[in-house]
Amino acid sequence: MTVCYARRYAPLVTMPASSPTAPAAPPPAAPPALADATASDAALRRFLHGLPGVDAVGLEARAAQLGTRSIKTTAKAYAIDLAISMIDLTTLEGADTPGKVRALCAKGVNPDPTDRTVPKVAAICVYPDMVATARQALDAGGGQDVKVASVATAFPSGRAELGVKLADTRDAVAAGADEIDMVIDRGAFLSGRYMKVFEEIRAVKQACARADREDAHLKVIFENGELSTYDNIRRASWLAMLAGADVIKTSTGKVAVNATPANTLVMLEAVRDFRAATGTQVGVKPAGGIRTAKDSIRYLVMVNEVLGDDWLHPDWFRFGASSLLNDLLMQRQKLTTGRYSGPDYVTVD
Amino acid sequence: MSEQSGNTGGAARTRLGVAKTYKLFVGGKFPRSESGRVYEVTDTRGNRLANAPLASRKDARDAVVAARKAFGGWSGATAYNRGQILYRIAEMLEGRREQFTAEVAAAEGLSKAKAAARVDAAIDRWVWYAGWSDKITQVAGGANPVAGPYFNLSTPEPTGVVAVLAPQESSLLGLVSVLAPVIVSGNTAVVVASERAPLPALSLAEVLATSDLPGGVVNVLSGRTAEIATPLAAHADVNAIDLTGADADLARELETAAADNLKRVLRPADATSDWSADPGVKRMLSFVETKTVWHPVGV
Amino acid sequence: MSPMFEYAPAPESRAVVDIAPSYGLFVDGEFREAAGGRTFKTVSPSTEEVLTEVAHAGAEDVDTAVAAARRAFASWSALPGAERAKYLFRIARIIQERSRELAVLETLDNGKPIRETRDADLPLVAAHFFYHAGWADKLAHAGYGPDPRPLGVAAQVIPWNFPLLMLAWKVAPALACGNTVVLKPAETTPLSALFFADVCRQAGLPKGVVNILTGDGSTGAALVAHEGVDKVAFTGSTAVGKQIARTVAGSSKKLTLELGGKGANIVFDDAPIDQAVEGIVNGIYFNQGQVCCAGSRLLVQESVQDELLDALRRRLSTLRVGDPLDKNTDVGAINSAEQLARITELADSGEAEGAERWSPACELPERGFWFAPTVFTGVTQAHRIAREEIFGPVLSVLSFRTPDEAVAKANNSQYGLSAGVWTEKGSRILAMAGRLRAGVVWANTFNKFDPTSPFGGYKESGFGREGGRHGLEAYLDV
Repeated sequence: MTVCYARRYAPLVTMPASSPTAPAAPPPAAPPALADATASDAALRRFLHGLPGVDAVGLEARAAQLGTRSIKTTAKAYAIDLAISMIDLTTLEGADTPGKVRALCAKGVNPDPTDRTVPKVAAICVYPDMVATARQALDAGGGQDVKVASVATAFPSGRAELGVKLADTRDAVAAGADEIDMVIDRGAFLSGRYMKVFEEIRAVKQACARADREDAHLKVIFENGELSTYDNIRRASWLAMLAGADVIKTSTGKVAVNATPANTLVMLEAVRDFRAATGTQVGVKPAGGIRTAKDSIRYLVMVNEVLGDDWLHPDWFRFGASSLLNDLLMQRQKLTTGRYSGPDYVTVD
Repeated sequence: MSEQSGNTGGAARTRLGVAKTYKLFVGGKFPRSESGRVYEVTDTRGNRLANAPLASRKDARDAVVAARKAFGGWSGATAYNRGQILYRIAEMLEGRREQFTAEVAAAEGLSKAKAAARVDAAIDRWVWYAGWSDKITQVAGGANPVAGPYFNLSTPEPTGVVAVLAPQESSLLGLVSVLAPVIVSGNTAVVVASERAPLPALSLAEVLATSDLPGGVVNVLSGRTAEIATPLAAHADVNAIDLTGADADLARELETAAADNLKRVLRPADATSDWSADPGVKRMLSFVETKTVWHPVGV
Repeated sequence: MSPMFEYAPAPESRAVVDIAPSYGLFVDGEFREAAGGRTFKTVSPSTEEVLTEVAHAGAEDVDTAVAAARRAFASWSALPGAERAKYLFRIARIIQERSRELAVLETLDNGKPIRETRDADLPLVAAHFFYHAGWADKLAHAGYGPDPRPLGVAAQVIPWNFPLLMLAWKVAPALACGNTVVLKPAETTPLSALFFADVCRQAGLPKGVVNILTGDGSTGAALVAHEGVDKVAFTGSTAVGKQIARTVAGSSKKLTLELGGKGANIVFDDAPIDQAVEGIVNGIYFNQGQVCCAGSRLLVQESVQDELLDALRRRLSTLRVGDPLDKNTDVGAINSAEQLARITELADSGEAEGAERWSPACELPERGFWFAPTVFTGVTQAHRIAREEIFGPVLSVLSFRTPDEAVAKANNSQYGLSAGVWTEKGSRILAMAGRLRAGVVWANTFNKFDPTSPFGGYKESGFGREGGRHGLEAYLDV
């Protein structure tokens, strides 16, 4: 069934211009180089457990060391604009309303009303029922090139039947979402049912397809805080990439431990190694807890030194954040004016 | 030697005693000196006791080879095992107490009672060190609370092949007191016996050979201390040297030679050593290396 | 193509350090000129700029300093341990307060990156004094008898690779145990020791307890040979260490030596590969490889050799070589022209002997002493670069097939200072750690230091330990 589905849609899918190495369609299986890895539940398990281990202390030390990079003047200006352009400006509250979403969209298109040179954010990230509102607001406000991302698959817990998750996804896709942020079934992952997680990601990937235009890109959220170990995060990264994720994402922002430099570093290493193994480039999105310009620059330094130029683009790296944007704007104003800015000089969300 | 048979009186035929041929102890075997040389050993009054091998630099070399060969096994044995073997040495020595009493009396010019007391002390010293084998690591090692997420453990390990110049005066108790602390931690030893009174040392080798001590762990050479010690001090495959049996001039010379491969050097004590005193742990600690192992602590 | 994300220069300010035009010897609590009036210049290795001029101590100055230390010994050793402790705590605190200044100074004089002086050297220096301060009144509990006594005057000769840290390793335990010291810093890096003299002044340390003689090898030789010293501690090359061992032979001077190394960093096929790469980089490019315990031999299991070397080369391409004062610099300058010549000669021998040389593309500054991070592959045990200590940013890569072979190759060295083991298998780590003849074994990490952790070598890497309870023994009459 998977194969038929893919064949049917393959001719209709166009390669995104900005994603030269991205797969053209939901892959019929894992990339050819690693096809054996997903041949069976046992094979997948062996593959994931055969990945090199992660030494937690060494990993954290490396992340901390990269965190000591001092990014000043021109480099800082570059990094701030790059960070702004990588933001998935997010609101995922029970209290979200169309008004709130429209305001967020306006901000995403014109982050700093006093300075039109500020780049737009990459995307607005909302619940599925707000996708249409967001799309309309963006289009109306000059933000046609700003994506709409929607969480789906019973976000944030993922505790629903596959059918419900797929319906959730199709709903968001149909409403015009460019990107779907799905959550994996952490229960299945932690109990070792990797194939279940794999199949679910593939199914959602298929639900991201649509006939009328480019498929929605799929971001796969692991909820690193619940996976708990770096070894698990590395395995989840490979599992998701084998299943066709376009982007792997750290967390929902709804649990105690979200993105950290160290757990993001594991994922950066994974996408680096995955491209080396398969030729397929996958993006990374840390989300949750990244609130300051300084934090975001630390992440960009990691991307720069672990992955390099190829990933220093909103197609390949995103920040899932809300309050981060204002701090970036204040830092940007400081660079422009030479004096420190304050919260009254940026817009409240 | 000392067990001369005497007249039993009258016209009865006297039995001629069987004199022992003293040999070196190298690699668990009892070779003669490769040089074919011997020297006459006398008691303190000048009466001949026996001939002893006059070991050469080549004997020293062979002994180092044997000691190196034995190092892996001995240092890799469990501390419990080494402790039992040292205790076994005490048992074997106890069984030959009379023989050693006579040898020590002759070698050191002591009364039988005093010699017996020294032999007893030597036996007890083996027992004391036998008990140290599985404690020195705990006493001298331990965990270090480093300021970071690391498990950090320091452990004393044997230095390697140790050349031991046994004290010149105390032929058995002194010898045991310098030898036992070397081997208890897993080192192997090349012992240069007291030049003037080597016979108890050479006899001790017979005890060692029957005490489950692997061949080569202890090698005993007799002869001229300076002649044997000089190549040992310069030998690149000797890791440490105990200069107890060297006089000041020789000790300086040997320490200088030992610098060539940075041997650990235990200098001779200033005063005449009282071998009956509590030995303490200094000798054991002079021939161990502290190894510190780090490992991250993380899930 | 230039990278998109180019870091702008981020230099640490030099203004925090005020270097005087000249410095005297620090003897008996005051700075004074050398008796012979000789001086020498110290330069910044990254620019060859002359930083200042320092006095060159001769035999007469050694006499004076040893006499001052001897006079101070009576009262210092008689001081209750708790009082000595407070002086050391004060020193630790003042070092913390002045750590930025001292870090910049050290970077200027040594050429190492400010990132390292700031994040490694200075925190460890302060920690070392703080740790040993606490021992001063607890020596009875250190396992050296109920009332262990100090030795007297300690002659201490330290190297240029970690000038202030090596000073701390020497001075802190010596003072804690009740000794007084005459310390000779390395010829090319005298400044942090002279600034330390000022720290002693600020701490109110009694005069003569710490004396600092700047000079060259002849100064050091005169100091260790001086009849008035009771203890000699040296960190430096194995060749000089042997000479010192000969000098003190036959004397009653207690000797500890911290010498060279040719550490093996052993990577098994089940290693945490990304962290192993970091460990390799940290092992040989930390401090430009000018580290006695550097992991200068990489022993990699053949089954992962290609993968590991690819990852290593990729990682090395991100190393930032250049201005040591730039906060983003990973690899700074070689300490001296002389050391650079030695590294160059040995690296050239590697090529001449048939090993394959590789360095990442990096532009080296025109002035100063620089050597690009270098990797040699195809190295065998027979190559000079596999046997001799290079003391520079040069890694020799060898391979192995089995654990036994790894152990045999690792131990096949005159040295025995450090080793590394990388594997996720716990029992293998312990087996390897047990069989490696090295004073420090870093398992799944490398180049970690701590004042509580004894450090020192096997074989020709020297004897005695520095740090921890074990390190006290070197400064006690036991």
